[in-house]
Amino acid sequence: MLSVENLSVSFRTRMGTTRAVDSLSFSATAGSITAIIGESGSGKSVACNSLLGLVPCPPGHIDSGRAMFQGRDLLQLSKRDLRSIRGRDIAMIFQDPMTCLNPYMTIGNQLMEPLRYHRRVSRAAARERALQLLEEVGIREPRRTFHNYPHEFSGGMRQRVMIAMALINEPQLLIADEPTTALDVTIQAQILELLAGLQKKRDIGIVLVSHDLAVVSDIADNIVVMEQGHAVESGNRDAIFQAATHPYTRKLLASIPQGSKAPRSTGSEPLVEVRNLCTRFGKGKNVVTAVDDVSFVIHRGETLGLVGESGSGKSTIGRSLLRLVEPRAGQVVFDGQDVTTLAPAALKRLRRRMQIIFQDPFASLNPRMTVHETLSEPLLLHGMAERTNVAHQVLQLMDSVGLARNCARKYPHEFSGGQRQRIAIGRALATRPEFVVADEPVSALDVTIQAQILELMGRLGREYGLTMLFITHDLAVVRQLADRIAVMHNGKIVEQGDSEALLNAPGDSYTRKLLSARPGKYPPASPQF
Amino acid sequence: MQEIATAEIAREPGGRSLWDDAWQRLRRNRLAVFGLVVLTVFISLALLTPWIAPYGYAEQNLDLGASPPSSQHWLGTDIFGRDLLTQILYGGRISLAVGFIATAVALCIGVLWGAIAGYLGGRVDAVMMRLVDILYALPFMIFIVLLMVVFGRNLLLLFLAIGAVEWLTMARIMRAQVQSLRQQEFVEAAVSLGLSPFSIIRRHVIPNALGPVIVYTTLTIPNVMLLEAFLSFLGLGVQPPQSSWGLLISRGAESMEEYPWLLLFPGLALTLTLFSLNFLGDGLRDALDVRGAGD
Amino acid sequence: MWRFILFRLLQAIPVILAVITVTFFLIRMAPGGPFDGEKAVIPEVRAALEAQYQLDKPLLAQYSTYLGDLLQGDLGPSFKYPGRSVNELIAAGLPVTAELGLYALLVAVVIGGLAGVIAALKPNSAQDYLPMSAAMLGICMPSFLLGPLLLLVFGIYLDWLPVSGWGDIPGDKLLPAITLGSTYAAYVARLSRAGMLEVLHQDYIRTARAKGLPEWQVVTRHALRGGMLPVVAFLGPAFAGLLSGSFVVETIFQIPGLGRFYVQAAFNRDYTMILGTTVFLSTLIVLFNLLSDILAAWLNPRLRAQYASR
Repeated sequence: MLSVENLSVSFRTRMGTTRAVDSLSFSATAGSITAIIGESGSGKSVACNSLLGLVPCPPGHIDSGRAMFQGRDLLQLSKRDLRSIRGRDIAMIFQDPMTCLNPYMTIGNQLMEPLRYHRRVSRAAARERALQLLEEVGIREPRRTFHNYPHEFSGGMRQRVMIAMALINEPQLLIADEPTTALDVTIQAQILELLAGLQKKRDIGIVLVSHDLAVVSDIADNIVVMEQGHAVESGNRDAIFQAATHPYTRKLLASIPQGSKAPRSTGSEPLVEVRNLCTRFGKGKNVVTAVDDVSFVIHRGETLGLVGESGSGKSTIGRSLLRLVEPRAGQVVFDGQDVTTLAPAALKRLRRRMQIIFQDPFASLNPRMTVHETLSEPLLLHGMAERTNVAHQVLQLMDSVGLARNCARKYPHEFSGGQRQRIAIGRALATRPEFVVADEPVSALDVTIQAQILELMGRLGREYGLTMLFITHDLAVVRQLADRIAVMHNGKIVEQGDSEALLNAPGDSYTRKLLSARPGKYPPASPQF
Repeated sequence: MQEIATAEIAREPGGRSLWDDAWQRLRRNRLAVFGLVVLTVFISLALLTPWIAPYGYAEQNLDLGASPPSSQHWLGTDIFGRDLLTQILYGGRISLAVGFIATAVALCIGVLWGAIAGYLGGRVDAVMMRLVDILYALPFMIFIVLLMVVFGRNLLLLFLAIGAVEWLTMARIMRAQVQSLRQQEFVEAAVSLGLSPFSIIRRHVIPNALGPVIVYTTLTIPNVMLLEAFLSFLGLGVQPPQSSWGLLISRGAESMEEYPWLLLFPGLALTLTLFSLNFLGDGLRDALDVRGAGD
Repeated sequence: MWRFILFRLLQAIPVILAVITVTFFLIRMAPGGPFDGEKAVIPEVRAALEAQYQLDKPLLAQYSTYLGDLLQGDLGPSFKYPGRSVNELIAAGLPVTAELGLYALLVAVVIGGLAGVIAALKPNSAQDYLPMSAAMLGICMPSFLLGPLLLLVFGIYLDWLPVSGWGDIPGDKLLPAITLGSTYAAYVARLSRAGMLEVLHQDYIRTARAKGLPEWQVVTRHALRGGMLPVVAFLGPAFAGLLSGSFVVETIFQIPGLGRFYVQAAFNRDYTMILGTTVFLSTLIVLFNLLSDILAAWLNPRLRAQYASR
């Protein structure tokens, strides 16, 4: 149905020309789901956007290639012809439904728009059809929500609306560009199920773009792997997962966090004890209880994985432990001292021993300080070095986190995401703390980089004898790193226990739901590469 | 060992700071560079006026009266025979001085006010910004007119009055910047390291908040100059024997039918200066607006 | 929504009260009184005048009397024009200024808005540079410069348009309206361009295009609403600016409006006139700011939700 041949797209800026897509060829057939996998910068989104002419040209430029759809080359069509295909024969849904829906229009109006424009139906007929579609995608009470605005919906519901809007004209091909990346794991599972179901029911073709092999492994029939603008490998699902040949594909497969941590011998005393912790935000009517009477213990040398979806309160716990937000009630006992009641001077001394690594490597470094300045700041502050001799320790720190020494005077924006996270890790470990809170440290990174950073953290954890609280939403990651796991939902811990035990035989219903929603049930071949 | 390490780091290639990036972008913006050059020229002229003005400030030549540009008087003379170029130079001193000084006043008050309110938050912030809101709602133009009428036309008062109007927006901008920075993770990281609030504000907040402040300052100066010219035009600002461009324009407008150059040249001077400041401000805004080249 | 409006109205009252109080005491504290004109006044006559206008009573008493009168809508008599009250004079000048302001606002919003939108549709092209250069000119050439220049060119050299008056000769409203509105047209053009550019980069515009809509529909149905928000927010300050700008324009073009009365009153130290006009104009500005806020909230559903929940 769709056949792309040798597509090449480049961007021309003052700095030079970059080839975003390089001789890409793939095809999608009716009645199947074709997945395009790639990390950031692989060109997958650019390729799909250019099929519908959605890439701004300039600075973009389609250098060569054909995209045959129903006997016509999409890349050669006039603007008018292309417009008649958009939204009618080929529809597209995007990653972030909040920004992709017009905040100033009701969803009803937005839904009806493609229908009324392409098929010239009356307003009443369009309304009926739109309501039908809302029901089909699983929106409850479609009549009432028809007049609501996008901000009144949750993320998952907004994505359902986008899907409805895409399908309202009965297109033959649906292109989905990272449709679940911005969603929680349980919602992600629902949306993927919805897409797969709709595909079967209407017998359409879907092109699914993603960076997540696990997501794709459950529903894709064919897979195309992209790297730096080209397709490095393609084949059906079995071929890719069981018998991948290209080294990059293998690297991707190997980066999927697998395996579990060998159980460590218990018997060490607790280093961090949290009792009845309670943290609230807001005042008056708008109070939100982020952390609701939470208690747990972390033993010395242990890594506790704190798992939950967005809004569960897991990040707030991490920040509350370090008093970056002030808890409302409860105690945090660190090595015998209650952190919540410490005076400023004593708190400062304690901070040397407790550190935090944040999620977003772009935001967690001061953009106006060089690597050297960032790493030396904690050392100088806590008296571990003088200005004259701090350079030595900074260089050693850079070595241990895997940063080249010649980057010492560079600024954060000159590094990649993975390198920035290494700097952040270096900063956290500079004072040789005993306890580190890692708040989703790899969630913002590409899958191959993720694997590297996780490996680094594991190694450093052992070297420094760290006690860690590892906060994440990704069950696969936590299995690899954590000795014990605590599951959070709506501010409460619903279950905690040893990793293996909990993951193999979850007790709580929410834990079970999380586990079953986790993508990637289709097992990749065991890593023997 | 330590000395080797220190020397090693010092040898490493320096990175490209965000300021470097911004300066590069600014240099490429030809309009902004034009504005910067013109501004520098005008400021230099203003500073050097007492030495370079062709005639004395009050030097009259009643026999000559008003005359169009000639070789002795490059821009012509007014009805008292005073050289227009000299008048414009001296007037420029006042106009530019008012612009820069009043803006400096607004800057100091506004930045401090906004930074404190933004960082401390809570009740302090609520009270401080309430005051700003109330003052903002007052129709200031009317009040300034009133002040000028009531207290006489005092140059110092003029500075203060104008500064008092402009600091409000500066405070709001600074506060918004500080508030958004306070929530940035690198500030949280600084807190978690154990830095004192003062150190955090100094090393982490202020350097990153400067961008919009600089832009707004560059765009406030022309507004202030316009305000002063406006008041002088109405007769409420700078008074004779002192002169400013607003006053010159006012007088020129009165006799523009017979002696158009008396209106045109001061007007040109003012407009050029405002152009330069605005182009420079726009260029700074474009140059400083990026969060880092990683996108 | 209604609660929000009521709330803001209530907030406006202390502001207006503050304006009245500050103005009142400021004027009274000024050196020189309304009767210190060029002509010397005999002490007895002066005392009689002061008694008549209650200027001999203590300051606070005068204040409370004034407030009392104010609540009844009486702004007091004018000092300089005996026999005429401030209300009368305001009523005479207001329609003129209002009309001038309205035309200027129309010039500003319509011409400025259009220019900005057109510029935003093709950034960094001639379609962009031309309107924006004109806008820069509008900002850098204040009304008291532009006015005389336009007068010079169109009124004197070309003799196409009249140089003064309002409503006397056809076409005499054109130059004043353009002069007053041009600076604000320039600001509106820049604001609408910036607003449209930002909106046009949003993801939901790409979604609209992906639905197959023609570009003009994408712009009018989707982009315009969000892009014009900064302009709506600017209306409040624009109104205040137009009012004060009218001082200058009315002076240049000899228009008998409120602005010119105000300036004259300020020079003549006509207490009640200054006070009355200040109170009146300030109240108008406060109310207009409120209107502009309401309009902004009405156009932005997210803002509406925020206000409703307060």
